[in-house]
Amino acid sequence: MTGVPDQPVLAVRGVSKSFGGVRALVDVDVDVHEHEVLAVVGDNGAGKSTLAGILAGAFRPDEGQLLLDGAPVALDSPKQAHALGIAAVFQDLALVDDLDVVENLFLGRETLQGPFLDEVSMEREAWTLLDQLAATVPSVRLPVQALSGGQRQVVAVARALLGEPRVIVLDEPTASLGVRQSAEVLNLIERLRERGHAVVLVSHQAGELQAVADRILVLRLGRVHGEFAGDASYEDLLAAMTGAVRPVRGEHDAVPRGARHAGGAGVVRR
Amino acid sequence: MSVPGPTAGTRLEGSVPGGVLSGSVVQRVRGAHLGMVPIVGALLVIWAVLGVVNPAFLSAENLVNLTLQSVPVGVIALGVVLVLLVGQIDLSVGSVSGLAAALLAVGTVNLGWPVWVAVLAALSVGVVVGLGYGVLSTRLGLPSFVFTLAGLLVLAGVQLVVLGPKGSINLPFESWFVRTVQQGFLPTPLAWVLVAAVVAAYAAVLAVDHVRRVRAGLRGPGTGTGRIAGRTAVLAAVLAAAVAYLGTARGVGYTVVLFVALVAVVDLLLRRTRWGRSVRAVGGDRRSALLAGVAVRRTVVSCFVACSTFAALGGVLAAGRLAAANQGTGAADTYLTAIAAAVIGGTSLFGGRGSAWSALLGVLVIQSIANGLTLLNLDAATRYIATGAVLLLAIVVDMLLRGRREI
Ligand SMILES: Nc1ncnc2c1ncn2[C@@H]1O[C@H](COP(=O)(O)OP(=O)(O)OP(=O)(O)O)[C@@H](O)[C@H]1O
Ligand SMILES: [Mg+2]
Repeated sequence: MTGVPDQPVLAVRGVSKSFGGVRALVDVDVDVHEHEVLAVVGDNGAGKSTLAGILAGAFRPDEGQLLLDGAPVALDSPKQAHALGIAAVFQDLALVDDLDVVENLFLGRETLQGPFLDEVSMEREAWTLLDQLAATVPSVRLPVQALSGGQRQVVAVARALLGEPRVIVLDEPTASLGVRQSAEVLNLIERLRERGHAVVLVSHQAGELQAVADRILVLRLGRVHGEFAGDASYEDLLAAMTGAVRPVRGEHDAVPRGARHAGGAGVVRR
Repeated sequence: MSVPGPTAGTRLEGSVPGGVLSGSVVQRVRGAHLGMVPIVGALLVIWAVLGVVNPAFLSAENLVNLTLQSVPVGVIALGVVLVLLVGQIDLSVGSVSGLAAALLAVGTVNLGWPVWVAVLAALSVGVVVGLGYGVLSTRLGLPSFVFTLAGLLVLAGVQLVVLGPKGSINLPFESWFVRTVQQGFLPTPLAWVLVAAVVAAYAAVLAVDHVRRVRAGLRGPGTGTGRIAGRTAVLAAVLAAAVAYLGTARGVGYTVVLFVALVAVVDLLLRRTRWGRSVRAVGGDRRSALLAGVAVRRTVVSCFVACSTFAALGGVLAAGRLAAANQGTGAADTYLTAIAAAVIGGTSLFGGRGSAWSALLGVLVIQSIANGLTLLNLDAATRYIATGAVLLLAIVVDMLLRGRREI
C-alpha cells in the first residue's frame, strides 16, 4: 500500500451534515489509517450511517472537508469514491433485488469482452470472492431477492472488496448475520487489516467490536464523544454511547492511543 | 486470489443444506424465471380456440396478414418495453407515431423529399421528443406519466397542424417504399438461407459459451450439450415452421423480418451489454443502481430516446402499410395497445423485469384476438372487452409475481 507512514489515508476535518432540521453530524474529525480497523459506534440515530455515507461519497458534507493522503478531495459520487479506492457496504446493502448475484457484484463495473459482457470471467471471480467469505450462496445466478438476509449481506461485502479498495467502509456488516458468518466477516476484517487496508467498521453492538477494532470512535447525537483503544471496556463504551459520562471535548485528540480506556474509569452505569 | 477449481461452484452448490433451498426459494425463482413460457402458452391457446371457432383464422393467408398487421404496433411496443424496463412510462407513443407518419407523407408528397430523407426526418422527431422527455425526467425530476400525457396532447395537435386542413395525405402506391412495406416478401430461398444462418449463429454462440464455461470450471444455467441441442432445435423448429407455413401463402414480409430483427437486437443489447444491465438495474432499484455507480441519468434518457424513435418508426411503417397518413394514424387506442402488448408479453409495469420478446409475443396476442374476432364478424366492442380482459389478466400475473417476490 502507498502513503506516508502515519499519515491518515483518509481524514475527516470539521465535517457537519444536516438533513432538514436534523443535525446528523456536527463538527466531526476522524482519521482513517491503513493497517488499521477503526470502529464507529453509537446509538440509533447517532449519525454513523451519515458518516459512512460521507466517507463513501453518497453524501456531501455541509461543512468541513475530506483529505485523501493529506490532499482535500470532494467526493461527488460513490463511483468517484470507488475510483479513488474507497468502497462501502451501505446499511441497507444497496443491492438490486431483480438482478442476480453476479450482476449485483459487478454492477457499474462489469467486465467486458469486446462490446459484450464477459459473464464467464465475472462468474468465476464471483465464486472466488464468495469462497473467500465462506459464503453459502446456493447459486450466483439467483436474483438476490431469493437470498436470505445473511447471504445478501455477504454479497454486499463481496462487492465492496472487488477491485481491492484501500479504504473499506462497512456499515453494520454483521447486523443480519448468523454466528458463523459474523465470525467469518470479522475474520475477514482482520485479514483486510493485515493486507494493509484501512477498515471503517460501523456498529451499534459495542460487544463484537472489541475483538477486531484498533480504535473505537463513539458518536452520540452527531458528535464525537470520545475515542477509545480497541480493548476499551464494554462499560466505558456504553457510557460514552449513552452519555452517562461526557468525556472532555477534544480529549481524544490529546490522549495517546492505548491509554485511552483509562479515561472511562469510574464511570457509573445507569 | 486463487482461481476456484472446477469443483468450487459444484461444491458450494452441493454444500447448501436442504433447508436453505427449500420449496419457497425454488418457487420464487421459478416464478421469476418462467420467462416467456406462460405467454407462449396463452398465445397457443388463443390460436387453438380461434382456429376451432373459425378455421379461416389459421389459414396461411390470414396468418400472413396477422404478421403484417402486428408490425407497426409491435415496433412501438418494443420501445414501450424499454421505458417500462427502466421504470418509466411513455403515453405519447401513439402521437409520436402519428406525427412521424404525417411528416413522412407531407415530406414525400407535398415537399417532394426523397423517401429516405423523409424517413430520417420522421425518426429524428422521435429522437428529439425522447431527448426532451429524458431532460424533463432526469433534470427536473418530473413523473413520466404526467409529461408524456402532456406530450400525447401536444404532439397530437402538432400532427394535425402538419397534416394541414385536408387532414389526410395519400402516399403514391407506386413508391418503392409503399410497395416494400405492403408487398415486400422475403423470397423463399433467401428465407431458408436466413433461417439456417440464424440457427447456426445461435448454436455457435451457445457452444462457445458452453466451452468457455467448462474451461472456467463453471456450471449452471445455459450449460450442458443437451440443453444447447434442445434450445437450438426449438429455435430451428419455430423458424422453419413459420417460414414453411407462411410460405404456402405470400410468405414472410420484409417488415416482419425487420421487426423480429429489431427485437432480437434489443434483446441482445439488454442481456449482453453494460447498457442493458444498467437499464434493468435502474428500473429495478434506482437508488441502489446510483450507489453502485450506474450512470442513471444517461440510462433513463437513452430509454426515452429509444422509445420515441421506435414509436416514430412504427408510425412510418403504419403509413407505408396504409399508403396514407391521416388524423387517425397513431390516434385512439394505439398507445394503449402498444403498452398493453408490452405488459401482456410479460414486461413489468413496475420496472426492472421484462424482455424485448414481450413486445413480439404481446402484440401477437392482441392482434390475434383482434384479427380472430373480426373474422367472426364481432364488433369493436367485443374486441376491446376481450383485449382488456387479457390485459387485466397479465397485470394480475405481474402483481402476483412482484408481490411474491417482495413479501
Ligand atoms: N436521508 C436522510 N434524510 C433525512 N434525515 C436523515 C437522513 N439520513 C439520516 N437522517 C437523520 O440523521 C440522523 C442520523 O442518522 P444515521 O442514519 O446517520 O444514524 P445511525 O447512527 O446510522 O443510526 P442506526 O444505528 O439506526 O443506523 C437521524 O436522526 C436520521 O433521522
Ligand atoms: Mg445506520
